[in-house]
Amino acid sequence: MRPRERAFVAALCAERAGLRLDHRPGYLMESALAPVARREGFLSTSDLVRAARDRADDRLSSAIVEALAPAQTAFFRDPEVLGAALDALPFHRGEPLRIWSAGCGAGQEVYSLAMLLAERRSPAAVEITGSDLSQRLIDKAEAGLYSPFEVQQGLSAGRLVEHFEQLGEGFAVKPRLRAGLRWRRENLLQDAPEAGRYDLVLGRYLLSSLGPSARTRVLALLRAALKPGGCLLLSPHDAIAAYALGLEPLGSAPGLFRQSAAVAQAA
Amino acid sequence: MKTCLVVDDSRVIRKVARRILEELGYRVAEAADGAEALAQCRAAMPQAILLDWRMPVMSGPEFLRRLRIEPGGAEPKVIFCSVETELGRIREALEAGADEFMMKPFDAGIVAGKLHAAGAA
Repeated sequence: MRPRERAFVAALCAERAGLRLDHRPGYLMESALAPVARREGFLSTSDLVRAARDRADDRLSSAIVEALAPAQTAFFRDPEVLGAALDALPFHRGEPLRIWSAGCGAGQEVYSLAMLLAERRSPAAVEITGSDLSQRLIDKAEAGLYSPFEVQQGLSAGRLVEHFEQLGEGFAVKPRLRAGLRWRRENLLQDAPEAGRYDLVLGRYLLSSLGPSARTRVLALLRAALKPGGCLLLSPHDAIAAYALGLEPLGSAPGLFRQSAAVAQAA
Repeated sequence: MKTCLVVDDSRVIRKVARRILEELGYRVAEAADGAEALAQCRAAMPQAILLDWRMPVMSGPEFLRRLRIEPGGAEPKVIFCSVETELGRIREALEAGADEFMMKPFDAGIVAGKLHAAGAA
């Protein structure tokens, strides 16, 4: 790809999804777009990008942006932190609990939470929603089907045997783990999730890929989605932004914050 | 320094595994079959073992069965390494006393993750 084509792609990603790509080397852009070019029948990534630009093709443009949004690909990323976030949930209230994983990629974080909850044998009903910019990833997440390589990213053999069943060469999440999960495609720059709905919101490895104004907007959305007393889990290096919003650090895990009930009422 | 014994009849696999394990800070020993591995364990019990399933002389499962009744043989974290991707086979390996199961091909990230899951890292 030529510098002008790369600049077009960077501008497209910034405009549509708030993504900041300027610090990423060009070859990563090429390797992320190569599968899209192949799938769409172009001979090169340059041809793909020029087609999106010259025809102002909305579908191709979306495919380009979605391919460049970084996605979490591992199960049980920082498992102690996930455990601490679940510990902070008000199970004792006996009401159904709601969790939202923002930028859930192909669903690994959502299924990790579902496995942890199943292993805790909690009687409380928990509804987990995963959302992502990419429809392809949401479709994959909903299917719950992973290759042998994918299930080895962070998933123990014991959990694989316990929670998955064989499907051809791959592994499918068992139906009982998928009950209570919801999936939606969502662009956090354009769509606003329902405010005050969730007991726990996870936005890990999400903010650092965004430009400053997109980051501010997304963080405000994540916070607004919390119920009074609800918890927000961010990557440790994004934590500074949560302090600025007046969230209280919980101390049981880096990046875990609670929306104080008082602040929520005032807001 | 933590030690890991790589048991595989393929020299290429042993070499790949050695490079990854050394980068993870392990001292690495190699064995080409279960009998050789058992002799090495009797001399010095490693903290972790990467174990191939099918090997000449003595297979992986046979080695594991014998290892676990050796003095100190319950200690090493054993990770089966196989081209098999059948859940039934993975379940069988865990029931035979393996701590983890790794499907080939693997990379450094997977090896590190499996050692951690097995409790060896």
